[in-house]
Amino acid sequence: MDLATAGLKTTDHDGVIRVDFIERNILDEANIQLIGDGLNQIIESNDRPRILICFENVEHLSSAALGALITVSNRVGSKEGQLRLSDINDQILEVFRITRLDQMFQIHGTAAEAMASFS
Amino acid sequence: MADSPEHQDDRNGSDSLRRGVLVLHDVRSELDGIQTKVVAGIRDAGYDEASTFAVRLALEEAVANAFRHGNDEDPRKAVKVEFDISGDRIWLAVEDEGSGFDPTAVPDPTEEANLEIPSGRGIMLMRAYMTDVAIVAPGNRVEMTFRPNG
Repeated sequence: MDLATAGLKTTDHDGVIRVDFIERNILDEANIQLIGDGLNQIIESNDRPRILICFENVEHLSSAALGALITVSNRVGSKEGQLRLSDINDQILEVFRITRLDQMFQIHGTAAEAMASFS
Repeated sequence: MADSPEHQDDRNGSDSLRRGVLVLHDVRSELDGIQTKVVAGIRDAGYDEASTFAVRLALEEAVANAFRHGNDEDPRKAVKVEFDISGDRIWLAVEDEGSGFDPTAVPDPTEEANLEIPSGRGIMLMRAYMTDVAIVAPGNRVEMTFRPNG
């Protein structure tokens, strides 16, 4: 699968894969299946994946996107990898807080801070 | 109980933008169109971005639930969305063709044991972001109201 089809762009930073959403600023029912498939492809193509998902420019998401992120987190964990999220705006961060998922994910203010946290 | 829309002679607003009935058969291909119409009405009524975010999220959760759980993702079945937007409140109703459900039987997604489950957060988010949420018996219709001052 071409990740661009899923609206994903990946860059490698010393073995950490940074994932950005390039096409849409809305993660919802319309596109989350494709995004989930793309993220799964990234996970499966790495032995112990270290992945940063950057939410810069993402303005809206729904519980479907949260579910996809949980699935990603579970899969990364099963491969002894690491997952970080960054650049989440205040409104979306509030969704994470309300659902208590801010306690499940390692969330950083910036990509630079997230990168520094990988071991 | 969320209140129902009253007939309003809205000479000062964009009537066609602010109220209507929309029908959806597949959330994956039609949700964007629904959201665009409702958000246009919300913005036309002068609500801020935080309000738009809240209502948009609650609407998506309700529509997704209706499609997935109410209609079992069957595109032959319809999800009906009603909306009525005024300056002091936004009213939405979402109805599917299913047999309903018991909202008291939905597990709390914020409990520790449920955090890693990918689904089950829709109703919680609706209740968190809307001022009133009423699930109308037998459970295939939800009516929600947003008031900017809570």
